[in-house]
Amino acid sequence: MSAAKMQLAEIRFKVNGVERSVSVPPMKRLLDVLREDLELTGAKEGCGEGECGSCSVLLDGVLVNSCLVPVLQVCGCEVLTVEGLAANGALAHLQKTFLELGGTQCGICTPGMMLAAEALLRKNTHPKLDEIREGLAGNLCRCTGYMRIIDAVWHAAHAPLLAEEQAEIDAVRK
Amino acid sequence: MRSNVSEYELVAPGSLSAVLMLLAAEPGVWTPIAGGTELMVALGAGRLAQRKLVSLWGIDELRRITESGDWLSIGAGATFTDIRQDAVVAKEFPLLARAASWTGAIANQNRGTLGGNIVNASPAADSPPVLLVYEAEIELVSAQGARRMPYSEFHLGYKRTVMKPQELVKAVHLPRSRRLPVEYLRKVGTRNALAISKVALACTGAMQSGKVIAVRIAAASLRETPARLSATEAALQGHTLTVERIQAARAALLQEVKPIDDIRSTANYRAHVAANLLEEFLEQMAACEG
Repeated sequence: MSAAKMQLAEIRFKVNGVERSVSVPPMKRLLDVLREDLELTGAKEGCGEGECGSCSVLLDGVLVNSCLVPVLQVCGCEVLTVEGLAANGALAHLQKTFLELGGTQCGICTPGMMLAAEALLRKNTHPKLDEIREGLAGNLCRCTGYMRIIDAVWHAAHAPLLAEEQAEIDAVRK
Repeated sequence: MRSNVSEYELVAPGSLSAVLMLLAAEPGVWTPIAGGTELMVALGAGRLAQRKLVSLWGIDELRRITESGDWLSIGAGATFTDIRQDAVVAKEFPLLARAASWTGAIANQNRGTLGGNIVNASPAADSPPVLLVYEAEIELVSAQGARRMPYSEFHLGYKRTVMKPQELVKAVHLPRSRRLPVEYLRKVGTRNALAISKVALACTGAMQSGKVIAVRIAAASLRETPARLSATEAALQGHTLTVERIQAARAALLQEVKPIDDIRSTANYRAHVAANLLEEFLEQMAACEG
């Protein structure tokens, strides 16, 4: 197909609560639209074949590998990326536990890990250890050995926020 | 090398009838894409040959799981997550729920569909051996009408099926009254999540007065298609499960499987592990009161 005949699709969808519109080839991967067209570089490309989870985002609340979603299929949907987890720059509880418990090292897997954890915790507020392991099984990490990540998710689910942490978050969100 | 996405077309007609009309108007030109867990991998790797794609994602009439008399019908667009979460599947066809639970990981299960798993026709796919031992039927649909056949007749050869270019898989139908009391499923891969099987065996059976009165055995990664192991079944049918009989069944299995060496495993490993899985199933059969 010549460039002149190239078909672009007008795609409207919500990203992190904001209406966005892009004019792109309909088979463009959601991951590339996020990173290149919307400049949201939180989602990473690792394997590009749905095995590493570093491009994980929530699509209408459902965990997906954004490298495997053609953007046409996102029309009218709502996407949550790691940039949307920290409202107004205030870290979510889950992000704090990742930081405090060493769940983040080089950072490549972190956005995907957090979205996988977010998807799990939305469905299951008090997951058991094996449920956390299954929820994160599609996300690879080469630094932490996983234990610290699993600890972070467990704490996010089971340990309440300290009062001062909540106050700090509330203050930033105002 | 990455594909140039601007060379690809993707349309989303939004309804089953509109998709079928498109497929009928230009047979072989349009390739259906559902959750993208197979075709988007090919796109990312620069080896997606099909340039015109039609989206099946979001077509609700393809995604339903419904009960009707003796049949549980699973729409081809049902995802592995849909299948895992369905109460009737869990209760009446638990092997299918288990196969769904170890297909990829959560994100893949949220997008991958039963129809895609079947049409992709990989001999290593997780759901086909289970569909074979449950004696599923498959329903194909085109603008000209529908046809339905035993799933065991669907695969013709390596990545070859009976489907015509203008057809789609509409649903898989599982017979509820043909279940057998002993059920077995084991997948051997490198890890639990995201592993493609080196070998997998699904089996069901029934014993009466110490004899095998019914047995169905199906395998992944042991032949060029997902397949029932009918010679192995015949070696067991009507027999008491003595040590000699189990040896005979192992020998029949080794005779009829045709595994290959590839990046995931070797033919030798696959054959012998499959025979061990068979023996594990037969121990379960022998322990069953009947």
